[in-house]
Amino acid sequence: MQLTEIAMILDARFLVGKEFASKEVFKVGSSDLMSDILAADSDGSLILTGLATQQIVRTASVAGVTAIILIRGKVPSQEVIDLAREENLPLLTTSLSMFVSSGRLYKHELTGLDGRR
Amino acid sequence: MGSLVKIFPIKHRDFIHAGKPSIEIKNILKTLNTPREIIRRVAVCGYEGEMNVVMHARNGQIRLELSNTMIIIKITDKGPGIPDIDQAMEKGFSTALDEFREMGFGAGMGLPNMKKNADRFEIRSTPEKGTTVRMEFATGER
Repeated sequence: MQLTEIAMILDARFLVGKEFASKEVFKVGSSDLMSDILAADSDGSLILTGLATQQIVRTASVAGVTAIILIRGKVPSQEVIDLAREENLPLLTTSLSMFVSSGRLYKHELTGLDGRR
Repeated sequence: MGSLVKIFPIKHRDFIHAGKPSIEIKNILKTLNTPREIIRRVAVCGYEGEMNVVMHARNGQIRLELSNTMIIIKITDKGPGIPDIDQAMEKGFSTALDEFREMGFGAGMGLPNMKKNADRFEIRSTPEKGTTVRMEFATGER
């Protein structure tokens, strides 16, 4: 599913990386634990997280994550946005909670990081 | 291709720069057309190692070595060392402070994840001196 469609489902807006809106993801990880993202098969995935730090961007970059969506309306500092731009990593924000965001994407046939539903 | 060595310093509690070396290593490997799957394993291991130094040690370094047939990542630190390596290798065992956990780290997954991702993993530690982790990744002939 394209990021642009995911953004519509979650009422999310792009903070950076709108030029990658047509990129596709099929698996999603919802986590505030960097270790979980690093240990899972998160290559090519979408990550939903409440952490709006530089480390979420670096974690996503080393793990090969395709895009990050910040939940509960979090807007990161300019440094985080700049870093995401540098890493060519789309960064979005939604006012929805982790639970509701995950639920909506699940309903639209997306899977967990291990491909299960 | 001959051997290439690059060393990046790591500073204790420097969360602003932590991860930069691993991303740089990832970019170097990309320019050398290393397969994506190998790049990811190397970058994840480097990053996990960096975070360990940032959280637990005083200072350290991450060293990238490229030979004809493998990538070697060596993370060396000056720090308190690990008293019981077997325990540290257990999933979920962690001595990280709460402030690190709030940033999403310190879940006790780092060392096991490094071992899982590397083709060869060695760890040595001397209490009150420091720790060295050496990892090899086979690339085949370049």
